[in-house]
Amino acid sequence: MIKAILVFNNHGKPRLSKFYQYFNEEMQQQIIKETFQLVSKRDDNVCNFLEGGSLIGGADYKLIYRHYATLYFVFCVDSSESELGILDLIQVFVETLDKCFENVCELDLIFHVDKVHYILNELVMGGMVLETNMTEIITRIDDQNKLEKQETWLRVTFGYSQSSKIHSKGEDFSQQRTSSKI
Amino acid sequence: MALRKVKGNLERMFDKNLTDLVRGIRNNKESEPKYISQCMEEIKTELRQDNLAVKANAVAKLTYLQMLGYDISWAGFNIIEVMSSPKFTYKRIGYLSASQCFHQDTEVLMLTTNMIRKDLNSHNMYDSGTALTGLACFINGDLARDLANDVMTLLASTKPYLRKKAVLLLYKVFLKFPEALRPAFPRLKEKLEDPDPGVQSAAVNVICELARKNPKNYLSLAPVFFKLMTSSTNNWMLIKIIKLFGALTPLEPRLGKKLIEPLTNLIHSTSAMSLLYECINTVIAVLISISSGMPNHNASIQLCVQKLRILIEDSDQNLKYLGLLAMSKILKTHPKSVQAHKDLVLQCLDDKDESIRLRALDLLYGMVTKKTVMEIVRRLMTHMDRAEGTMYRDELLQKIILICSQNNFQYITNFEWYISVLVELCRMEGTQHGGLIANQLMDVAIRVVAVREFTVGQMALLLDNAHVIVGPAAARSSIAEVLYAAAWICGEFSQLLANPKATLESMVRGKVVSLPGHIQAIYVHNMLKLYAHIIATAEEEDDTEMIEEVTNLLLERLPVLVSSGDLEVQERASCIVHIVTYVQKCHKNGDKVGADLALLMMGELNPVAPKAQKKVPLPDGLDLDVWLNDPPSESEEEDDEVYRKDIFVKADSSSKHKKEKYEPSEEELQRLRDVRKAEQANNPYYVKSPANVNTLPQHLVKAEDIPIENLYMNVPLKIQGMTSLDKYQMVDGWQDGKKRHKKQKKRSKKKDRAVSSSDEEAPPMHVVNRDVGEMPEGAHFSDDNEADDRPEDDPHRALDINLDEPLAPNEVLPTRSHYEAKTQRTDEEEAKSLRSDAASQKKSRSKKEKKEKKEKSKKAKKEEKKSKKSSKGGDNLILDLVDELKETSLQDTETGTHVNGIDNSNKQKVADDLDFWLSREETSVPSLPVEKHEEPVVSDAHVKDDVEAEKTKSKKSKTKKEKKTKKEKDKSEKRSKKKEIQEAEPEVSSRNREEYEETNGTVSQEPERTKPLPFLRMLAEDSVLKMMYTTAAMDGVMSEVLVCIKFANLSSKPISNLQLNLPDSGALKMVRIDPLSDIISFPWTLEAEESREAQLSFTAEDVTIPHKLRGFLSYTQEGGSSQLNVRLEFPVVNFLSGKTASRSTFTDLLSSGQLTARSSFTVPDCQLSFSEILDEMTRGGSLAVVESVDQTASMYGRSLHGHHVCVLVKYQTSGRLTVDGKSTEGTLLSNALDHLKTTLMQTK
Repeated sequence: MIKAILVFNNHGKPRLSKFYQYFNEEMQQQIIKETFQLVSKRDDNVCNFLEGGSLIGGADYKLIYRHYATLYFVFCVDSSESELGILDLIQVFVETLDKCFENVCELDLIFHVDKVHYILNELVMGGMVLETNMTEIITRIDDQNKLEKQETWLRVTFGYSQSSKIHSKGEDFSQQRTSSKI
Repeated sequence: MALRKVKGNLERMFDKNLTDLVRGIRNNKESEPKYISQCMEEIKTELRQDNLAVKANAVAKLTYLQMLGYDISWAGFNIIEVMSSPKFTYKRIGYLSASQCFHQDTEVLMLTTNMIRKDLNSHNMYDSGTALTGLACFINGDLARDLANDVMTLLASTKPYLRKKAVLLLYKVFLKFPEALRPAFPRLKEKLEDPDPGVQSAAVNVICELARKNPKNYLSLAPVFFKLMTSSTNNWMLIKIIKLFGALTPLEPRLGKKLIEPLTNLIHSTSAMSLLYECINTVIAVLISISSGMPNHNASIQLCVQKLRILIEDSDQNLKYLGLLAMSKILKTHPKSVQAHKDLVLQCLDDKDESIRLRALDLLYGMVTKKTVMEIVRRLMTHMDRAEGTMYRDELLQKIILICSQNNFQYITNFEWYISVLVELCRMEGTQHGGLIANQLMDVAIRVVAVREFTVGQMALLLDNAHVIVGPAAARSSIAEVLYAAAWICGEFSQLLANPKATLESMVRGKVVSLPGHIQAIYVHNMLKLYAHIIATAEEEDDTEMIEEVTNLLLERLPVLVSSGDLEVQERASCIVHIVTYVQKCHKNGDKVGADLALLMMGELNPVAPKAQKKVPLPDGLDLDVWLNDPPSESEEEDDEVYRKDIFVKADSSSKHKKEKYEPSEEELQRLRDVRKAEQANNPYYVKSPANVNTLPQHLVKAEDIPIENLYMNVPLKIQGMTSLDKYQMVDGWQDGKKRHKKQKKRSKKKDRAVSSSDEEAPPMHVVNRDVGEMPEGAHFSDDNEADDRPEDDPHRALDINLDEPLAPNEVLPTRSHYEAKTQRTDEEEAKSLRSDAASQKKSRSKKEKKEKKEKSKKAKKEEKKSKKSSKGGDNLILDLVDELKETSLQDTETGTHVNGIDNSNKQKVADDLDFWLSREETSVPSLPVEKHEEPVVSDAHVKDDVEAEKTKSKKSKTKKEKKTKKEKDKSEKRSKKKEIQEAEPEVSSRNREEYEETNGTVSQEPERTKPLPFLRMLAEDSVLKMMYTTAAMDGVMSEVLVCIKFANLSSKPISNLQLNLPDSGALKMVRIDPLSDIISFPWTLEAEESREAQLSFTAEDVTIPHKLRGFLSYTQEGGSSQLNVRLEFPVVNFLSGKTASRSTFTDLLSSGQLTARSSFTVPDCQLSFSEILDEMTRGGSLAVVESVDQTASMYGRSLHGHHVCVLVKYQTSGRLTVDGKSTEGTLLSNALDHLKTTLMQTK
């Protein structure tokens, strides 16, 4: 089971938080803070696993993370998940984001956290891995986006359109990507 | 027009969307909280609008603010409104928000049941998908109960996307509503063979999650998973399955043996590191579970260790980490194979990655031997000097102590060295493990007599230099604890001290007052011990000067401690002051008290076993559950509770346990003292003092100002005489310089050898008391009483459910009729809670919903009726369940009529199935061709259709046939009597079918087969009584044939005194209540035209040949008694049972090459139809159809003694019937086929 998925930047600012176990808002912030402190002090060339923090989990839980450019992607999982498998899942997640946002950068996550959630929901459901095949994931997301576009013909705010990017791109994630292992 | 209006509305209202909000926050970095509170106000106004688009926008913004840590639960109702929007866009926003902030205690959730149900059943796939995803995050007990059935319906959806999500959601449903597990499990199991790999994977995922917590309940699924493992190529799923097997193998070692082969194949073949790693892990688990009996046992370990070495040597830190992790698992059972890689592990200790260093440390723990312990510890000590951060240093310290102390110092040959290590460790700054070091010091001092003098010397030095240890940094560490040990050791073994007086002085002089209370107490107590020792020796030597000196010293310094804030210190100090003054008084009178004083501290202290305290038997008359004080009055507590609940909904549970302050009365104090005394009496380290000591008169002491010497040392100094590890350095050849590494290595090897050889020759230097420790009489160390150690509230506790037992009648998922009433009520509650404007809107909606509900339920009822008529409810879940229940309840009433009083439990049968699967492999050739397990999915579906068609055909023909036979029988027999038998007949058949379907878990996935007809034969008949019998092989633990005899009274007068005299033949025996008598009497009377049933069980020694039993039945009617000759026939098919038939076992059998015997027969012109033939052949359930395609069928039966019989039936349109048989037993097969041939010819 995955207990939580956190994305924050190099300064510890949360960009996405998904808890599959209930914590109140204050606790959630503390967990994000603690996780950031644990993860951020590690070099980029050390291993991507570390024993869970004191607030979330305990002995059975592990933090598995990847660091892409300005963002940390952290998954808190228990012993039923394969460590390398989760690393690949993070890779799939980021690559999917990259496909959906066309060269994703931190700004995409800042302004479209809802979209990121919808994408994540196609990968993980209630703490369990739902789908790992990227083509399938992207088909589902595209379908849902189409559905949304049909409904919001007014395109006031919600329709996310690829052509109307408002902001300039930051650093590209893909530069730091390592090859997938599965 | 309307559109334009809406558009205008939107433009006016949408003053700020999510993007604006984010941008706004970024632009107001200085005054972020202020800006956000302003936005919150805006959001609140937006939520008050009727426009759903505006609300959705507001909720989207709230979701973002939630991530930043703002509580948005107040908007729960608005979120639900947005969720209920018909538009997917808004619905998605609502569900996302709900999944972020709702949890199982959220109260508004009770309003959502109907809405979510509507969404789940929506025709739009993504509506249902969104609802499923959301539900997975916030489902609670009520929702799980009410929606379980809807989720189950989605399992049968045509869209894999929904099936997949529904399967995953089931896990959450089970967690919140454990009652759903048993009724839903068969469905879930089916999904393991879903055509869509995603659904399959999801099902594996859920079952793995369930099985991980309660593995024993899922052992019976091992064959299914095994098949998946050998056939699947989906790495994600394989990883899960392999992990699951890792959890199952400890429970069933035979499973492990079966797994080794395919797992090693995978290890060799896979290129995916993640899969490789999990395979290794499970192989390790297998190797742990099977201790011996594997031929290539060592080969597997070597393979694992080899592969792990490759992982550890990899440049990827992740692989290195995992390699070490897995290595430590092997270490527990096969330390030798790991020790060969010591170099690698030591290398990892130098890694820059802390996680890897910690893992390497774990490994080192198990790699230590007598030869290597000094070297390894030395190495760790140098690491400690260099280590940054106290956390890692503490970890190192702890590991050093663990390494040295494991198994009662198994690996330590030189205890002086160990004491030196411990003393060295005392100098580490800021450690949290002072207590650990102290324990070790005391343990060694007690256990190793030979090293005691050395230890005492070192401890005296420690005491003398206490100020160095307890430096300014000591405040945050627990290093002062070592002084506890030092003081205690010096006191306890004071006779070994070189200069007791000096030690006493250093104890008194040091900054005792600044130490923690419990250490002060030990100081005080051991001062007395020292004092007693000094007095005793001084008296012997008549050294009055010395006596006076120490007495004065104590009397001078102790008063400070008498006024200590710590009660324990105060009590002990004042006690000692009085003893000392008493001694002083005695000395003034010229009495010698040294010997008396020594009596206080008499007795040897021995190590005490860790569980000794727990095992102390409870003395008679002591009830630990009785309150010591009067319990606080209940009413008060209740008031308190109510009060708290009203104000603090989520009051911290710990606050409930707060106790009021109270002043102890004199009596209570006395009681407390008694308790404390009892505690002290049980404390092994507490030195018991004779009771008369306390009787000394109380006497006030003035507190004096004592000049305290301030010796402030910032840098830990080398203390003269204090041991240091330097002198042991010659032992190891470790140097850190890289340049000289190679040369050094060679040299060190030589040295090592030299040292170790001398090590081996020299006997151990010290005798160590390695007992477990003292235990109270009669208690054993080994018996432990740990049960389920999971916390009470762990939801998995409730899921520890046996899944192999058939469903009971009351085990159904709640159906709609159940919640109909409830949802109406919640609708009303909903309406109440709403503000008036929203309420009206809501009401109309809920009314609509109610109407829809009613219509739906009406429809459902109609459908139910329809499907009942057609008796073909394959796609209706509820009906399926109902059917199942009917069957089980039928079975329930059926069992228990056993005359012999023996019944089979289904559980045993399932276990037997697993046994069958596991044992099969052991006898067969070890390498099973993998392709054999694969089943082409496409053709599978095809076959299913065919079988479906076949089934309906056979059903029709069967009913026809039944009618026919009825007519025929009617002709030959009297109508009225016949009826009764006819009535009893279906009962038997339903039971047979029941056993055949319910007991076999694996069969349920196979296409449904025709139910076997009963094997009804005439036993005996006269004008008054008619007896028919059926036989069935009861496969299972008991391996017996069940004979069911039906007695029918054909006359109009009652028959009584029925007695069956049936002597056993040599090879066939009845299971009797009274084994000595051949006679079985039936306790009942057969009334006029009544029929009854009795069941008898038989066991056969040889099941390969047919058997006959002859006997007679006697009865009385109207005073006169008559006899009837009885002949029971047992053709070999009676010993066969088709219950364990499944397609996989069948194909496995055929491919295994076990079936050596062959036989066949042909019937050139068979008059029966194909389905009739099948009915004939499966009569009595002795053979079961495994697969039936067109006009051919394969059948399977297993004898009570475990022989397999496989039969292939081919029917050509010309009427030519060929039956081919294969079996493990030749005689059995030929006899069985002979019987089948005769029956087929007869019925023709």
